[in-house]
Order: sequence, then C-alpha cells, then structure tokens
Amino acid sequence: MRIVCPFCGERELGEFTYLGDAKPMRPEAGASEDEVFDYVYLRDNAAGQTSEHWYHGGGCRAWLKVTRNTLTHEISAVEPAAGVGARQVAK
Amino acid sequence: MTSSQSHRLTSGGLIDRSVPLNFRFDGKAFSGFQGDTLASALIANGVKLVGRSFKYHRPRGILTAGSEEPNALVELRTGARREPNTKATTAELYDGLEAASQNRWPSLRHDVMSVNQLFAPIFVAGFYYKTFMWPAKFWEAIYEPAIRRAAGLGRASGIADPDHYDKAWAHCDVLIAGSGPAGLAAALAAGRAGARVILCEEDFVPGGRLLSDGGTIDGVPAAEWLSRTLAELADMPDVRIMTRTALFGVYDGGTYGAIERVNDHLPSPPQHQVRQRLWRIVAKRCVVAAGAIERPIVFAGNDTPGVMMASAMRTYVARYAATPAKRLALFTNNEDGWRTVETALGAGLQIAAVIDARSEVSPAHRSLASKGGFPVLHGSVRGVDGGKDGVRKIAVSLTGGARAEVEADGLAVSGGWNPAVGLTSYHRGRPKWQNDISAFVPDGAPPGMVAAGAANGDFGLGACLSQGFAAGAAAARDTGHSGTVGIAPAADDEAFSLTPLWHVAGKGKAFVDYQHDVTASDIELAQREGFESVEHLKRYTTLGMATDQGKTSNVAGLAIMAAVSGRSIPETGTTIYRPPYVPVAIGAFAGHHRDETFHATRLTPSHHWAAEQGAIFVDTGLWKRAQWYPRAGEKDWLESVTREVKAVRGGVGFCDVSTLGKIDVHGPDAGAFLDRVYINTFSSLAVGKARYGLMLREDGIVYDDGTTSRLAEDHYFLTTTTAKAGLVMQHLEFCRQVLFPELDVQLTSVSDQWAQFSIAGPKTRDLLREIVDPAEDLSNEGFPFMGAREVALRGGLRARLFRISFSGEMAFEISVPARFGDAMARNLMLAGAPFGVTPYGTEALGVMRVEKGHIAGPELSGTTTAADLGLGKMMSTKKDYIGRVMAGREALVAPDRQVVVGIKPTDKARRLRSGAHIIPKGQTPGPGNDQGYVTSVCFSPTSDQWIGLALVERGRERIGEIVHGHDPLRGEDYDVELCNPVFYDPDGGRQRG
Repeated sequence: MRIVCPFCGERELGEFTYLGDAKPMRPEAGASEDEVFDYVYLRDNAAGQTSEHWYHGGGCRAWLKVTRNTLTHEISAVEPAAGVGARQVAK
Repeated sequence: MTSSQSHRLTSGGLIDRSVPLNFRFDGKAFSGFQGDTLASALIANGVKLVGRSFKYHRPRGILTAGSEEPNALVELRTGARREPNTKATTAELYDGLEAASQNRWPSLRHDVMSVNQLFAPIFVAGFYYKTFMWPAKFWEAIYEPAIRRAAGLGRASGIADPDHYDKAWAHCDVLIAGSGPAGLAAALAAGRAGARVILCEEDFVPGGRLLSDGGTIDGVPAAEWLSRTLAELADMPDVRIMTRTALFGVYDGGTYGAIERVNDHLPSPPQHQVRQRLWRIVAKRCVVAAGAIERPIVFAGNDTPGVMMASAMRTYVARYAATPAKRLALFTNNEDGWRTVETALGAGLQIAAVIDARSEVSPAHRSLASKGGFPVLHGSVRGVDGGKDGVRKIAVSLTGGARAEVEADGLAVSGGWNPAVGLTSYHRGRPKWQNDISAFVPDGAPPGMVAAGAANGDFGLGACLSQGFAAGAAAARDTGHSGTVGIAPAADDEAFSLTPLWHVAGKGKAFVDYQHDVTASDIELAQREGFESVEHLKRYTTLGMATDQGKTSNVAGLAIMAAVSGRSIPETGTTIYRPPYVPVAIGAFAGHHRDETFHATRLTPSHHWAAEQGAIFVDTGLWKRAQWYPRAGEKDWLESVTREVKAVRGGVGFCDVSTLGKIDVHGPDAGAFLDRVYINTFSSLAVGKARYGLMLREDGIVYDDGTTSRLAEDHYFLTTTTAKAGLVMQHLEFCRQVLFPELDVQLTSVSDQWAQFSIAGPKTRDLLREIVDPAEDLSNEGFPFMGAREVALRGGLRARLFRISFSGEMAFEISVPARFGDAMARNLMLAGAPFGVTPYGTEALGVMRVEKGHIAGPELSGTTTAADLGLGKMMSTKKDYIGRVMAGREALVAPDRQVVVGIKPTDKARRLRSGAHIIPKGQTPGPGNDQGYVTSVCFSPTSDQWIGLALVERGRERIGEIVHGHDPLRGEDYDVELCNPVFYDPDGGRQRG
C-alpha cells in the first residue's frame, strides 16, 4: 500500500501509522459525557469510502486525512488533517 | 566416474556438455551437466522413482518440469542447509549437489509405510475426523504422533540457517511476469517506448516455452529470435531482466512481491552474498505473461512413475536432451499433446501409441502416425500397470467399449492447459470460465495489471507475441512513454482443439492432488457427505492445500465435483486465490531482521564509556541501558545494586537518563497547548521552573508522565518516559495539528540531541561545582528545588540544568549536546573522584524510585487512572484537557478501585516478587477475592528488606492492614503489610535540601 503524502510525495505504507476513523470530531470543552463517549468510542464500520487519520512518522510528521475505500483499499484523497479533528473553539 | 547418463541424447538440448557435474541422490553418485535441473539430471540417469507420497506412501516420479511440480520433492543439501520439500524440477544442478528422497523408511525402494496403501479405505477424505475419535485422550498421545510420523513431507534441518537473506525495493513503469513469448514481446514494446521495465522470470534461463517448443518467429527459428530479442533488451539501459525471480504476490498500490533465488544454484552462497532476496517492486503497470500450466487427466494409476505431463516430457527431451522413456505413449484430449509425439520422434524415440479422447484427429497427425508406425487409439486410459520401476503397460478403453493394451515405459498426458490465474486473482478476483479451452481465464485484474498470452487463455505463439507486444506498448503509453515501438513479432498460431476430459472411471486409485494424495473418490465422498462448496471441498479433502497450492489439481478437482453434483464447472466456481504463488522461505521475509540485527539498537551517549566500566546492559525497547556496574568481588547483581544505592544516598552518583523522550515546545501558545494535553497546568509555570506532569488518553486512563520545564516565556522542554517517547510525540503532533490547530505552537523531537545525566546524592552540588562555571549560582536559593535553566559549564559549553529528583535525594539532571555525552560521563568520574562518585544503572534507579514511591511503567499499565496512582489532586477542574470528561466516568471514580499502595512483608527476611496477587488475610485465594497485585518490588538497602508497590482495592484506606500475597506461578504465599508507598524521606526534605 502506498500513500501520496501532500508534503513528501508517494511513500510506502511502512512510513505511516494508522490511527483510525477521521470522522468523529472532538467536542468542545463543556460537552456532556455522552457526547465525549460517542467521540471516543462510537465508530462506523463502513464498507466503502472512509476517511482515516494517518501519521507520516517516517517522513514529515504530518497527520493526514486519507480517504480510502475499505472494499478495494483504493485511496482517493490525501489531505493534511490540520484542524479536521475538533470542533473549533475560539482562541 | 559416476553412472552413465544412460537416458541422455547424444546431442541437442540447452545443457553445457563441457561442464559435467557430479551429484548424489539418496547417497548414490550420478552425473549431469551444467544447465540441468535435478529432475532432468535424474531423468538422464534413468531414475524414475524419486519420492513417496504424503499419505499412502505411493511410489512417485517426476510429473512436470516446473514450479507446479507436486511429486518430485526432495531434501536438498545437508546439515544446517538441509531444505525440505524442494522441487527437483526447479532445483538447478551444481557440482556436489546432495539430495535425498522424503517420507520413506528405511529406503525409497523399500518403504515400510507403504503398508498404508493396504489401509487406504480408512485414509479417505476427513479420515482423522472420523477414525481417531475415541478415546479422546488417545488423539494427542497416540494417534496424532503416529499419523505425523507416517504422513509427511521433508524434515527441516533443525539448525539455525547459516545463510543471509536480503530485502530490497525496486521501482519501474512496467513490471512483466514471465519471459515466454508474451513476456518478451511486452518487454520489447515497453522498452522501445522508453519505459523502465523489470521482467521477472522464475526459471534460470529466459524463454519460457520457447526453450522447449521452439517454433518460427518473424521467419526465423525461435531460438534465433530469442537470442536476438535478449540482445536487444540487454542493450536497453532501463530494461532489467531478473531470472531466478518469481513474482509471488500482488499488494495494494501496485506493490508486488518477488523472490529472487540469488545463490540457490550454488552449494553455498559466495562470501558476503545472500542466499535469496525478497523484492518489493513498485510498478505503475504490470503485464502478467506467466503462461499456463498443463493439467493432468485423472485415471487409475495416473501417479505411476513414468506418467508425465506431455509438455514436461518434451521439455526434458528438447531442452535437457534427457529421455524420460524409450517407448512412450501419449494420452491427450487436445491437439497440443501431439507436439510431444513430434518432439519424441525428432529425438528418435519410439511411440507406442497415441490415445486420443477426441473423436477426430487431424489428417496431419494421422499421416504422422502412419509414418511413425504407431496406432492412434480413440478412447481413454483406464489404468496403468506398473510400480516403482515405472510404467509397463497401459490399459485403454476404446470409444465404443472395446479394450486395448499398450506396452510402453512412459506415458505422456495432456488434459489441456490452465492459464496461470494466480497473480490476476490475488485481489479476490474470480476468474471466468472460457468454453473453447475449457479453462478459467482472468476476469479483470488488480488495478494496473493486465494478462497477456497463455496467462490470458490465448495459447497460440502468434497470439502470445501480439498480445504481449500490445500489452507492453499500452503499459508504456499509460506511464507516459511514447517512443516508437515498431511492429509486433509475428508467428502462426497452433491448433488447440480440445474436448474436455477430466476423469476416466476405472478400478484403482485415480489421483487429483498428487501431493496431498487426494483421489477422485475422495471428492465424490466429500460431495456425498455434503461438502459441496469448493471452499468446503478444499478443506475437507485438503485438495490444493499442499506446497504446490493445487497448480495441477484444482481445476480437475472442481470439474469432478461439478460432475458429481450435477452443476457446471463455472457454477461450482473456484476457491479464493491467495499469495504466495510459490513457497517463500520465512528467512527471506525476515531478511536481516534476525539475531542481533532483529531490530535497530540504540546506544546511549555514554554507552561506550559504560561498556569500558564493565556495565551489564539491559534491553529497554531498542535501547541498551547500563543496568548495573559490577565491581570485583561482588557476588551477584543485588550486591552491586545495593552498593550503588548506598553510594548515592550517602554521597553522589550519576546515571545516563538520555533515553527519556525529549521534546522542545515553542511558541506563544506553548503553555496553553500543554494545559490541554496535561491534567495539570503549565501556563502558570514560571520561567526557570520545572513541574511534573501527567497526561491521559482521551478515554481517561493515564498515558504518560514526565517533567516539563519552562526555559523561556515561549519555550518549554518536555520529557516523556523511555517507552513512550515516540508515541507521545505522535500524540502531541495529533493534538497540535488535528485538534488544536488554532494554537501557535511548534514541537521538535530532541531526544537524540541531548545527553542527559541524573546526578544524585547529598554531595551532588560539590560535584557539580567542579563541572559548572563558578559564576553559576547552585545554592539552594540560587537554584532551588524544581529550578530549571541553561548554565555555562567550565570551558564554556552551554548545558541545561534541572533540579529534579527521581531518587529522592538532592539531585540535578544535566543535559549537554549528545556529542558531549561520552565526555560528560568521563568528566563526572574525574571531577567526582574526590567525592567518591559512583555510576549507577537502571536497577539502582528503580530501587530508589520504589523507595520513594514514584510510579513507573508497571504502574502506568494502561488500566490506571490518575487517582489510582495517587495523583488525582493534580487533575485541574479549571480547564479542558485530553481525557478529562471520560476520566469522570462512574467506574473510573469508583471507591473500590485498585490504587497504588506500598507493601512490605511481615517476615523481614522474605523476598518479594512482582505479579503476586493480593488476597484478604485468612481467605482461600480465588478470582472472587483477588484484590490486586504487586507491580514493583526491590530490595531496599535503606529499609534493609524487600519492599514493593501494589495496586490494591481501596488500598489507601487500608494502610496498616495485613493481607496475603499469593503467587501461584512460583508457589509462594506470605503476608504483607499495606503501607505508605513513600518508604524513604516521606516529607521530601532531602531532595529540597
């Protein structure tokens, strides 16, 4: 498997570490226990397109959002994951 | 001189008669020539019997001439290099080769276990599920060992492999599997277009079937076209032909696995060379020109030595000038089989008869028969009379019902050809049935891959060349190479004309899977017993599960199942294809990752100095850390460690702690960032101060701990545990990039940039004053406990100095650039000599941390909360941080959780061991009253007894209670007292002094 890192180009799987589903967004401070529970534990088990967090630890240390088809393993998009994992809070 | 090569033709073949090679098979001496395989050399010496079958111990010969061979498996080489289940058909002959037949005792000709054949009725499909059911305990004790002895393949050497294996990467535009006409034509087109091409050929000579079948290409003999083509390809700098290299797997993103048998053709690899190399090839396009595999017809006695695939027979005659038979018969259901007759006649061999299952034979072949003086019998072979010495007579059922007998010493069989659909099907592809050739052909392929020629079901030479060429040209074009490719090589297509025939009913065992001894009746039995699905059929009968993965047997097995279950073959379907296409040694997958190079080794900056001191090292992750420094006269590790602890507590010692993860956190929002990842607050930390921090996972469980210092308004220096150094960096980057991108903060891993030493003991300041520039104030006021700042050392080097203590003593940690780590250790020894400085290792470090009740890895076990560790008060209620909400869940704040507490045995002489369970006193130990376990223990020189830390239910409320330590693993039972985990200097006066 190969991932095209937006910073480093096409690299081999061994340079990357998989984290998991990129869909859940970390709730804002003050969220209820139920909301946080969903964020921490509840995952879809999609057959088809999923977005996932991958870490390019063997390269630029960027966290990436990888759009991958779980049926074919085809990767259709790789983007920097910056800011996609949390509900934005005011600075 | 060894035996005579009685079955070698006087001329011809691709062998080098000027290089004779001696070899031994089962101890007997033979000779062959350079260019032989073990199989061809055995055939040239008239050897027919080469092995005994897996289950019935039937005598077996050589069936094929390639990697699909199910029968002729041998143990190759001796001693540590002995390699079981090696196919004689792919083992290249070398001088001094030694091979032995397998699965026979005492000898191949007189095999005691061939008695299994008499018990054949009980060895049917699924026999071990049915026969050895009772009594149950007999299975492990008697039945299984007996069966394992009786049924089997070769023996592993049992000795460490002395050879090296390598792993390598390669990249190309167009990868081609196979160097037959289709593969070479593809390489020509792609190479001419300018693409980077890699062509893998599992054989040691390129050419594929051209080497055996010849033909005419572009008006010249195939051999001439072949050498011309190879010369043209050799002149192309971007075309690489890799022989002895089998493509075995297809992985995601155009990654392919290949195994190169670099030095398997030599007795042992030359010095500094590898035996085999595992390639991972990344290719934009792949042309599968892997050809096809001729399939047997299933009939009684079809496993008799001397029965051979027709194409293999002509390979032995044409390529190796070796004659498997003097007078042979052909049993075919297609036109291609007849080419064996042509080759045999050309070599001067006698043809006994052709048994053709089709109703029509071409006029050309009819006249060939009358010229050659042999009969053409319309019908099929129903039995073979013969045994370990080979074929004697062949019984034929003629169309119409009459019977005939043919006297012959060899029988060539052709049941048609199966395209090699493995590579195209490894992504769960299901091949489709093609009626005109009665075979499965690829139905699509993984992205970027295309099959051409015989692998695609087109067997004619002309079709192979044109398809291969077109596929190569298209692959080059797809990858952006538009050079002129010229005209495809041209040749005529041979007739194929096949009438399907899978199984001839008859008396006696008719084998489908030779290697696993699966017969036609086993398949019929499986169907009667309800194992009709192909996946069930496979597992119930073990059809296709041997080392050959059913290359010669699977389709025939499906066809027989289809017939008995009244379905068509496509309805019956195929099992799922999985790599590897050929067996790959585990050594090749491991490569250099074995023994001391199993993983990378990280050395601390003071490693070499420590080694000079005679330190004993311990592996912690990838690191080698000094565990203790034995001195002359010390009888064991405990004595050394105890001395080191006392030296620190009474004077001064130092320890390399560079393995801790170190991260520089920069930016105006650095403090705010740390507030979100730690349970406690860092934005309020004063510049020049350090603070202990604890971080949680988002689920509320403790993740890691360490000290973080604020070196400037916008610069923190964070340390992690050794074990989690990389993971914490990854986690923090996740928080920074994904969760909190609005914070202006940067992280830099500096673990390898700093050598860090802990210097501890009441004389620490005395020692440091010898090292640090006298202008630096190290007094308690000038550098108080938990102070942290950059200082100048004598000589001007800048260092980071932290007044933190893991030992509980007055202590500092000092960081210098890693390249000065070795010098720092030596200087500490020199400068510390007047103060009796003592280097200490990780054991003494651990003893002192247990004495101080500090938590470490055994307590940060992935199940404990901050409160469990006694650090609940650190959890800020004024801010959000990772894990805050989940840490508040009911079960994580339950009052009966197991929490860290100290333990000491009531018997002061008792040794403690971690892992013992804590049971209320007076109760019988069991899961119902298991209240926790001992996490860390040490012999405490300060307390003069063993002490420990334990996780115990409600432990902190039970200080003073006597409980029971139960250690079923070591058979130990004793009483311990629960106590304050801080055994040493509980008010912390020493570290602040």
